[in-house]
Amino acid sequence: MENNKLIDLQHITKSYDGEMILDDLSLYIRENEFLTLLGPSGCGKTTTLRIIGGFEKPDKGKVIFDGKDITNLAPNERQLNTVFQKYALFTNMTIADNIAFGLKIKGKSKSYINDKIKYALKLVNLQGYENRMPDSLSGGQQQRIAIARAIVNEPKVLLLDEPLGALDLKMRQDMQYELKRLKNELGITFIYVTHDQEEALTMSDTIMVMNKGYIQQIGTPEKIYNEPENAFVADFIGESNIIPATMIEDKLVEILGAKWQCVDEGFGKNKPVDVVIRPEDIDLVEPDKGIIKGRVTSLIFKGVHYEMEVEANGFEWLVHSTDLSPVGAEVGIYVNPFDIQIMNRPESDDEKAVSELEKED
Amino acid sequence: MKNRNKMPLLAAPYGVWSVAFIVIPLIMILYYGFTSKADGSFTFENIALIAKSDNLKALGLSVVLSLISTVICLLIAYPLALILKALKFKGSSFLIMIIILPMWMNSLLRTIAWQNILENTGILNNILTFFGLPKAHIINTNKAIIIGMVYDFLPFMILPINNVIQKIDDDVINAARDLGANYFQTIIRVILPLSLPGVISGITMVFVPALTTFVISTILGGSKILLIGNVIEQYFQYIYNWNAGSGLSLVLMVFIFISMALVNKYDKEDEVSAAF
Repeated sequence: MENNKLIDLQHITKSYDGEMILDDLSLYIRENEFLTLLGPSGCGKTTTLRIIGGFEKPDKGKVIFDGKDITNLAPNERQLNTVFQKYALFTNMTIADNIAFGLKIKGKSKSYINDKIKYALKLVNLQGYENRMPDSLSGGQQQRIAIARAIVNEPKVLLLDEPLGALDLKMRQDMQYELKRLKNELGITFIYVTHDQEEALTMSDTIMVMNKGYIQQIGTPEKIYNEPENAFVADFIGESNIIPATMIEDKLVEILGAKWQCVDEGFGKNKPVDVVIRPEDIDLVEPDKGIIKGRVTSLIFKGVHYEMEVEANGFEWLVHSTDLSPVGAEVGIYVNPFDIQIMNRPESDDEKAVSELEKED
Repeated sequence: MKNRNKMPLLAAPYGVWSVAFIVIPLIMILYYGFTSKADGSFTFENIALIAKSDNLKALGLSVVLSLISTVICLLIAYPLALILKALKFKGSSFLIMIIILPMWMNSLLRTIAWQNILENTGILNNILTFFGLPKAHIINTNKAIIIGMVYDFLPFMILPINNVIQKIDDDVINAARDLGANYFQTIIRVILPLSLPGVISGITMVFVPALTTFVISTILGGSKILLIGNVIEQYFQYIYNWNAGSGLSLVLMVFIFISMALVNKYDKEDEVSAAF
C-alpha cells in the first residue's frame, strides 16, 4: 500500500463567517485509493472535498496534487472531476451532449467524442440513452450519467459528494456495488464523501472519520469498526456499548464492578479507560455462566436479528442476537476477550480538541 | 370532485370581468377596424392605412427605438443578474427591490421627471454648465425617448432574468467549471441556454410596452417625433376616427402576437408570472 501520495493537503484551515469549519487539517491520498470522508453533517467533509475540487479556497494551507501546488488554481485547471450530490446535469442538453461537455471544451475530435460517449454509457450500463434529456431519467440513472460525464475526461481523481444521498435504499445499495466495480475498472483514485457509515464500510479502502473539522481516525473499514480510537468513532460507526471502565493491569479490565479478560495491554495499572463492546459481540448465556447477571428489559425483532436491552449492574446493554431471550428473563452476559475494545482516556491532541469542543455544546 | 364542481362558480367573477373588459373591447376594435367610418360597411382601408408613408415611418421608428431600448435593457439586466449570482451577495434581494422601487410610482410622473432632467434648461444641463461643459441637447430627440423607455421598462427585464439566473443550481455552474470550462465558456454554454426563458420573457415585457407607448414619446419627444402609439392616439383623440385608430391597433397587435408566440414557445416554466 506504500504508493505515492497523489494529493497532499497541508494544514488546511477554513472558516465561514467566523465559524471554524476545518482547523489545521492535514491528509494525504494515495494513488488508486478509495478514500471515504465520513462524518455527521457540518463536520467539514464536504468543505474538504470542495477545497480539493477548487470550489472553495482554504484560508490557510496548501493543496498539493501530483507534486504541484494547486491551491490557487480554478476548478477548470485541475486534473480531477466531481460528481455532485444532486447530479447537476445540464438540463438543456441531451445525455450525449452532457457527457461530451468536457471533451468539446478540450476540442477533441468528433469521432473521439462519439467513441467516448459509447464507452462511458456502456460503463454505467445506460447504452442507447444518447438522445434522451436528463429530466426523463430516474435519479439513479441521472447520477450514473453524472459519473459518465466526469470519467470521460480521464481524471486522475474522481471526487464524489454524497452521490447516492438522493436515492432510495435499494438503488443506493445497487449503486454501491456499481461504484466499486467502476473504481476497479478505471483504476483511478476515488474520494468519496458520505454521512452513511454502511456506505463507507462497504466501498472504501480507507475511511477518514471527521467531526467538527477534526480528523477522528483514519484507517481501513475493519480497523475503524473493530478498533475505534475514541468514543465518537465508536458511536458513529455502527451501534455500540460505550462504558467507562478501569484497566487493572495488562489483559484485565474492570467494567461495572466485574473483572473481564481482554487482549489489550500497555495501558498501565488502574488506569481509567472507555471500553467499546459491539452489540453483536455480546453473548447472552445462562445466568451463572456469564461474567455479570442481568435482566432483559426490551425486545425488538429487526429481521436479521433481535435487538434486546439488558439491564445489568446499572447499565443498559444493547445486544444483537439471532437467539431470542424474552423480556424479564434473567441472563448472564459474556463477551470474548478479543471483542472488548479498550480506548484511551488520556488525550492525544486531536482527542483533546474534540473533548473541549464537546464541552462547549 | 365536489370542489371541482364549485370551480366554475368561483371563476364566474373573472369570467364576467374578462368578457366585459377584454372580449368586448377586442370585438369592438375588430368591428371598428374592419368597417368604414362613412357608411359602416366592411373594408380593409383602415388596415391599409399602415401603408401610408407617415404611418409606416412611425411604425418603423417605433420598432427601431423599442428594439434599441430592449437591447440596452438586456445589456444592463443580464450582467447585473450574473454579478448578483456570482457574488452570492446577501443583500441582493434588497438591491433588486431598490431597482424596481420606481416601478411603484406613476409612470407619467417618472417620465415628466426625465423631462425636467433632460430639458435644455434642465438639471443635466445645469450641471454641465456648472462644470463649464457644453450643453447636451437630448430632449425632443430619439435619445430622450430611448432613455425614457429604458428607465421605465428596465425592471421588467431585470425581474424575469434575475429570477431564472438565481434559480440555476450553483453546482450546475460548478460542474461546468469542473469539466474544464472557464467562466466565459460557462456563461455561453450553460448559463445562457438555461436562462433563455427569462431572457425571452424580459424581451417581450420590454419590447411590447415600448412598441405601443405614446406617453414617453409625447413628453420626451415633443410633438416632433411620432411613434405608432402617437399616431393611433391622434386618430382616437383628435381626429375622432375610431375606425382608422382601430385598424392601426390591429396591425400593432400582430407584432405583439408574434412576440407572445415566441414567449409561449420558450417560456415553459411561466417565468413571467413567477417574477411577480
